Amino acid sequence: MRAIMRRGLGTAMAVLLAGGLAAACGGDDKKDSDSGPVTLTVDVFGEVGYDQLYKQYEQSHPGVTIKQRKVSDLDTYKPRIQQWMATGSGAGDVVMLEEGILPLYMQQRTKFLNLFDYGGKALQDKFLPWKWQMGISPDGKQLVGLGTDVGPLAMCYRKDLFKKAGLPTERDEVGRLWPTWDAFLQTGQKFQQKVSGPKWLDGPTGLFRATVLQNAGAGPGYSFFDKDDKFVFDTNPAVKQAFDTALKFEQNKLTADTSIFTPPWQTGLKRDTFATVPCPSWMLGGIEQFSGASGKGKWDVATTPGGSGYWGGSWLAVPKQTKHPKQAAALAEFLTSPQGQIGAYKAANTFPSSPQAEQDPAVAGSTSAYFNDAPAGKIFGSLVAAVKPVHLGPKNEDVRAAVENVLISVGQGKVKPDEAWSKAVDAAKKAAR
Amino acid sequence: MATELRPSRNGPQHPPAKAPPAARRSLRSRLTRLDVKGAPYAFISPFYLIFAIFGAFPLVYTLWVSLHDWGLASGTRKWVGFDNYKYLWSDADFWHATVNTVAIFVLSTVPQLLIALFIANALNRRMRMPTLFRIGMVAPLITSTAAVAIVFTEMFDHDWGMINWALGLVGVDPIAWSTSRGWSWVAIATMVDWRWTGYNALIYLAAMQAIPKDLYEAAAIDGASRIRQFWQITVPMLRPTIIFTTIIATIGGLQLFTEPVLFSVGTPNKMDGGPLHQFQTLTMYMYDNAFGHDRYGYGATVAWALFLMIILFSLINFLFVRRTGGTK
Repeated sequence: MRAIMRRGLGTAMAVLLAGGLAAACGGDDKKDSDSGPVTLTVDVFGEVGYDQLYKQYEQSHPGVTIKQRKVSDLDTYKPRIQQWMATGSGAGDVVMLEEGILPLYMQQRTKFLNLFDYGGKALQDKFLPWKWQMGISPDGKQLVGLGTDVGPLAMCYRKDLFKKAGLPTERDEVGRLWPTWDAFLQTGQKFQQKVSGPKWLDGPTGLFRATVLQNAGAGPGYSFFDKDDKFVFDTNPAVKQAFDTALKFEQNKLTADTSIFTPPWQTGLKRDTFATVPCPSWMLGGIEQFSGASGKGKWDVATTPGGSGYWGGSWLAVPKQTKHPKQAAALAEFLTSPQGQIGAYKAANTFPSSPQAEQDPAVAGSTSAYFNDAPAGKIFGSLVAAVKPVHLGPKNEDVRAAVENVLISVGQGKVKPDEAWSKAVDAAKKAAR
Repeated sequence: MATELRPSRNGPQHPPAKAPPAARRSLRSRLTRLDVKGAPYAFISPFYLIFAIFGAFPLVYTLWVSLHDWGLASGTRKWVGFDNYKYLWSDADFWHATVNTVAIFVLSTVPQLLIALFIANALNRRMRMPTLFRIGMVAPLITSTAAVAIVFTEMFDHDWGMINWALGLVGVDPIAWSTSRGWSWVAIATMVDWRWTGYNALIYLAAMQAIPKDLYEAAAIDGASRIRQFWQITVPMLRPTIIFTTIIATIGGLQLFTEPVLFSVGTPNKMDGGPLHQFQTLTMYMYDNAFGHDRYGYGATVAWALFLMIILFSLINFLFVRRTGGTK
């Protein structure tokens, strides 16, 4: 009996030891070299249109296999990449960083490769100057990300609903209806007098995001945080003005109170709940995806009120934890090259941040069949030249979301309009903490 | 009095012939002792090891994190002592989430356990196809929470939902299920109950079947009605089980997460629980701070507060159930 027990104990200890060893070995992956067959993982969110490009790259680079991990939206993506960067493992070889989270990871740039060390210097003239600049660390020494797309801002509108309201339907005439946001509001009131079911605008959130960037670009060049990342939400007139604009639409009950890409917004697209949506170039893809076949030919694109603007856009970066730094950097370079950006634009309407790509006939001459053959390339191309970049702080997204909540609450009748601004300032301060 | 069978350690009573030297012998005997005394611990150790790795360590580590200004994305890590706890104490959002959580917990748990008790009582009678009905009770439990939440969220939709439609048929105005604070609690509590009532009913049923039949027979002979039997035999005999389910429900209820997250379809940030945080629970607030707003340290503080709160609530429930059970 005792012998058996001893053996039992021995076995138990052996098992424990083995388990410990296995666990210890588990973390000991070797940094393998850049030669031989490799699999590169690319982490993205939303529709990026890279599938064809991957195939192309795999063909021209034998031995390279590319795997894409895609999540539906930025909010799902954020915690994932946060975990990977914090724990130092799990991230793809190439990761996408959106303009809202780029400032955050700029603070942790030591965890990303310096693409200047991988031939990045030569790429500068392939990008819009401001797009290029935003991918570089403040001290100018590290190239963290290579620009993918930019979001020049236009306005999408429902042609059929405009007709119903007796408004012009041709995109040039429609654009002339609203040189300013006030004019846009008045047109909305006219629309609402004729049409009672559908609302004029999808909601306050898209409007707020677009106008903040517009005002900030035209004004000080920063929005919620100044260029030293100091909180200026409550003192920056560009922000207050954008907030008041959005608030006016809420007070006049001109919006359907939905937030872009949320399920109610998607349902709204299908059920004709609203007639206009502020439309950065990538939004065309979103509207097409969520309206489905029934929306084809109903939408069109016109210029936006309030002058030029942009909203969104991303960068590709290579985390230091990659096992194939050279290969990963090369892939990021390929995907953001003019050729890569053209490919992505064709597949997913992400407007290129590369001047060469913008001038390419495949982009400049492109039309969108879904949007009544609107000359998307021409419309967005003419807008992108006038874009003025806006500095975003690391907590920009947190502040933005908190303020949007206040605007939506006004529409729901839970916050009084005259208390909205002070509530927004409180919420913004808390979010910026 | 037991006889000492083991060789004494003092002095060589059985001098070794050519056998192992004294040193080795004492090592052997020490190993033997270790075997006898230690082996049982080794056998039960897997639980404790796993608990230490996945239970105790995270607990202590979370405490450690909560004493820092710690951001995963920004990479900051600064010792701040109890500053996070001080902030928590005066953090209106935290208390707002606490009220939401407790309210949803009460709204869900009380009806849940009562209904479960009655269902179990019904299932405990003679009936046709008892297994079918009993298995049926756990069907909601094996459905994925996400699926449940999505279906219910559709049903509670303000404009297109089935429930407001049905209310409309009987002339009731549509209810703002997601924008009104109180109604959103009710909606979420409904989801929770749909999922967990059957589970509790099965536990009660199992406990009921262990109650000796002669108690009921004796009561019946004394002329006690079914209802009286239920309150005076079944419920008191179930007391330990009721305490168990209450504590489990407390732990689960205060950690409510998936249902409210999936219920916040309209807000861009799902962790907000509605634009005015009207149904943001503590776990959502914790997650939002730790992973959404890059305040890992403060998220850990909320986690610890939640941990203490669960202990407190479990104790209160325990005492409460014991008292009420005792007077019955």
